[in-house]
Amino acid sequence: MITKRIIPCLDVKDGRVVKGVNFQGLNDVSSPITLAKYYSECGADELVFYDITASSDGRKLFTDILCETAKSVFIPLTVGGGINTLDDFDRVLKCGADKVSVNSGAIRNPELIYQAAKLYGDQCVVISADVKRVDGVFRVFSKGGRENTGMEAIEWIKRCVGNGAGEVVLNSIDTDGVKKGFDLEMLQAVCNAVSVPVIASGGAGKIEDFITLFKTLPKVDAGLAASIFHFGEVKISDLKAEMAKADIPTRLK
Amino acid sequence: MVAIIDYGVGNLFSLKSSLNAIGAEVIVTSDINELKNADQIILPGVGAFEDAAYKLRETGLDKVIKDLATSGKPLMGICLGMQLLLEKSYEYGEHEGLGLIKGEVVPIKDYVPEELKIPHIGWNALKFCGEPSPIFLNINDGDCVYFVHSFFARNCDASVIATTEYGANLTAAVADKNVFGCQFHPEKSGNIGLSILKAFINIKE
Repeated sequence: MITKRIIPCLDVKDGRVVKGVNFQGLNDVSSPITLAKYYSECGADELVFYDITASSDGRKLFTDILCETAKSVFIPLTVGGGINTLDDFDRVLKCGADKVSVNSGAIRNPELIYQAAKLYGDQCVVISADVKRVDGVFRVFSKGGRENTGMEAIEWIKRCVGNGAGEVVLNSIDTDGVKKGFDLEMLQAVCNAVSVPVIASGGAGKIEDFITLFKTLPKVDAGLAASIFHFGEVKISDLKAEMAKADIPTRLK
Repeated sequence: MVAIIDYGVGNLFSLKSSLNAIGAEVIVTSDINELKNADQIILPGVGAFEDAAYKLRETGLDKVIKDLATSGKPLMGICLGMQLLLEKSYEYGEHEGLGLIKGEVVPIKDYVPEELKIPHIGWNALKFCGEPSPIFLNINDGDCVYFVHSFFARNCDASVIATTEYGANLTAAVADKNVFGCQFHPEKSGNIGLSILKAFINIKE
């Protein structure tokens, strides 16, 4: 049986891993390469590298770090952040990325997903959506969660999957950084709407939050988190041991 | 020296890196002499069967690979590279493979319950068939490896050395003498994957 994936996310800026609460107030955590190796050894099933650099110098540094990481870490790597064109796909895939996650790039150019999926395959293209409730409606936000696009989130995600996105990362802005658990209501809505893997993001604060996630929503394929892993609040080995105890299929090693 | 066959299909960065990481000398090549001189050869591949099979034929590499495999050279196909070792594929039509391993490639969706997601993507456990294959010497039955595929090998009979459970027992790896195939990606399967590659590069002609 396919196992539920645990995915640490590394937000990378100027060559360092950072993670903010509600996307603001970034704290330096560690070197991406060191952290990636550490997570791989601890049993992380996949890593997400998120490039939050704006400058082209920063972008070059990010790509170099990605290359270095892919030379020593042999689990799947997903790269996101600043993916706006097919050239951006090419740039990160050449450096060892297995999947590429698009967010604002797809909002600006919805054709991007279709073109990338055609060129690299559906399995390579991930739609990452930052979603927040506005007057009781799930809305898609862009620019790192700062700008309301006005688009209804479930329709947007369905459209992206229809265009060839092979996986969905749903990041709930409402629960992000709050550490009181994943946004089960929002995730349920997405799981009901699409048939590709759904990765839950935003809100994990402790091991039980992952257990609740997979027990309540068996259709969710993976749980993603950042700071709780970076600061050691949740150890991946402990998390996986607890998942196994709860009869959630998991990869122990 | 292990040679990765370069025929313009897929990204070889991770495969090359993983082989480097286990201390192998690696060459990425489409040159016949370099392939002949290699101790082992790896046939990688990502994408569509028809396109990949066409590229192998167009470059004449299909015949080179068949000759080397028949002469006893250890060969490993990975993912689409494994599927290409089989007799034929029903991926969007009917296409001829290298025929080094008995069997055919068919869509997963035709053989598993409808609610299962396609592609089969993620970490899944290996279930050995019979005695562990030489490439599994350093790993155990039940170890997880990373899969990304929508088609799988069927009717391989005695060549199946491991399966994985995904609504059905899907062929995870095949072998016939010196020819091996992994449906999963050893280069993305952490230490288990590296152990498989290590066992393979220790197999000599």
